[in-house]
Amino acid sequence: MTILKQEINSQKKMLLIWSLVIGVLIASCVLMFPEMKSQMGNVNEMFSSMGNFTQAFGMDRLDFGTLTGFYMIEGGNILGIGGAFFAAIVGVSALMKEERDHTAEFLFSHPVSRVKVITQKLLSVLSIIVIMNAVVIVLSILSIAIIGEEFFWKEMFLFHLAHFLMQLEIAGICFGISAFLTRGGLGIGIGVAAMMYFLNLIANISKSARALKYISSFSYTEAADIVESGGLEMKYLLPGMAFMIIGIIAAYVKYTKKDLR
Amino acid sequence: MEKALAIDTTKLTKSYGGSRGIVDLDLTVEAGDFFGFIGPNGAGKSTTIRTLLGLIHLTSGSARVLGHDIVEEKEKILSKVGYLPSEIFFYPKMRVKEAIRYSADLRGASCSKRAEELCERLDLDPMKRVEDLSLGNRKKVGIICAVQHHPDLLILDEPTSGLDPLMQKEFFSILMEENKEGSTIFFSSHILSEVQAYCRSAAFIKDGKILLSDKVGNLEQTGTRKVTVYGSLTKEKLNGLSGITFTNDARDEGLKFLYNGDIQKLLTLLAEEKIRDITITEPTLEEIFMHYYES
Repeated sequence: MTILKQEINSQKKMLLIWSLVIGVLIASCVLMFPEMKSQMGNVNEMFSSMGNFTQAFGMDRLDFGTLTGFYMIEGGNILGIGGAFFAAIVGVSALMKEERDHTAEFLFSHPVSRVKVITQKLLSVLSIIVIMNAVVIVLSILSIAIIGEEFFWKEMFLFHLAHFLMQLEIAGICFGISAFLTRGGLGIGIGVAAMMYFLNLIANISKSARALKYISSFSYTEAADIVESGGLEMKYLLPGMAFMIIGIIAAYVKYTKKDLR
Repeated sequence: MEKALAIDTTKLTKSYGGSRGIVDLDLTVEAGDFFGFIGPNGAGKSTTIRTLLGLIHLTSGSARVLGHDIVEEKEKILSKVGYLPSEIFFYPKMRVKEAIRYSADLRGASCSKRAEELCERLDLDPMKRVEDLSLGNRKKVGIICAVQHHPDLLILDEPTSGLDPLMQKEFFSILMEENKEGSTIFFSSHILSEVQAYCRSAAFIKDGKILLSDKVGNLEQTGTRKVTVYGSLTKEKLNGLSGITFTNDARDEGLKFLYNGDIQKLLTLLAEEKIRDITITEPTLEEIFMHYYES
């Protein structure tokens, strides 16, 4: 577990910053909710009459006037984009950074097999994403407790589970990409996350582009679907998990055969 | 009885796509030897080392390090080897002592006392961040990481670059101690004087192939003589002789050359010239090296 410890240790500052930024932003939104609730009648009307924009963000099916609807739309945007970008950065840099920072020669001249290094790096990516989500959830619960609103445990659990799985999917895909790179992967990682996000928006706007939902990792984080069905959309989640597994397998296959620079 | 081999390669080849790395390399290093691996930039020294350590994969041939196959038993090899790359980098936020401990942890070794002692000998502040270190000081950290666990084989790729002369001396005295305790030392260099001063054996590599591998003593006694002549002798007058490599540079006054032909023929030719001064000596390893690479 030496490498796992080192990986988490070397990224603790970034982890703290991202976790706090996402968590505090969501908590701030929640803290603003009581003030906004009184004006929600007009806001709801406005949001539900913005055509494609309304559809794109699922605001036609969620009530912005309840904390559940408000939390899942606002929190969904923050955690969706923030979490996806964070997972992409962590995933894409995991293997690539050893060659980018010229530390591969140091690490791999020690008696650790490449499989062991990949596995420990994969575990570090998982741990970092778990910690980030734990901080966000704790801050969210605290903020809900502060405003004294009723908890919506089931929806909240499903919402955070969906986002956690989405982050794992993006991290898994980016981890696979990471094995092929020797430098400059951040742009690719963020590009993958942004592409997934926009594919889902396009699929929400246009019926003819519905098939994109099977590709986008954001399709199973759709708050309106979670609230309506009381579960995660398996038809979108399963392909997503398959993409993640393919990414991880690609990382093992490529990195064990790679000539290190 | 035949001595055990620390390194034994058979037709070891590594090519990068279409371009050459090393070609059909046959190299043997006896266990306990102090071995210099000599070659100019791009000759294949680092490629050989990186292939032996499994950082890059061989294209064909085979190799054994400390009796273990480099493809099948990489971890076993690495657990008994200490390696210092030519340019060493550590994780930037680490302090010196953390980098050294991380290296020991990766080996599952506990050698903090030895590391402390080496830090003192090499005048290295263990509390400094590695990103603030000069190349020479980074190299010192690399040396400690490579030797702290008393490896059976130390592989060093151009180890003295960046070290001041005092540190080079201290570094070699550490290597000598390790060697006395049984470690095989294998280091690549293009500084011939250090190979001549410390190594018992050496190999020359050029264009990915071993040109020559022997005991340093034998390499020095090639029968080649370094001749310096001051007087009327010109290059043109020596054209009839074979085995001549001119070594003059622009600053030299006399005529300098390495000669491994018939000494009687040379003396006959010299007898016909007006000569102010002449020296005939054994060439240094550096001059032999130049002779091989230029011919």
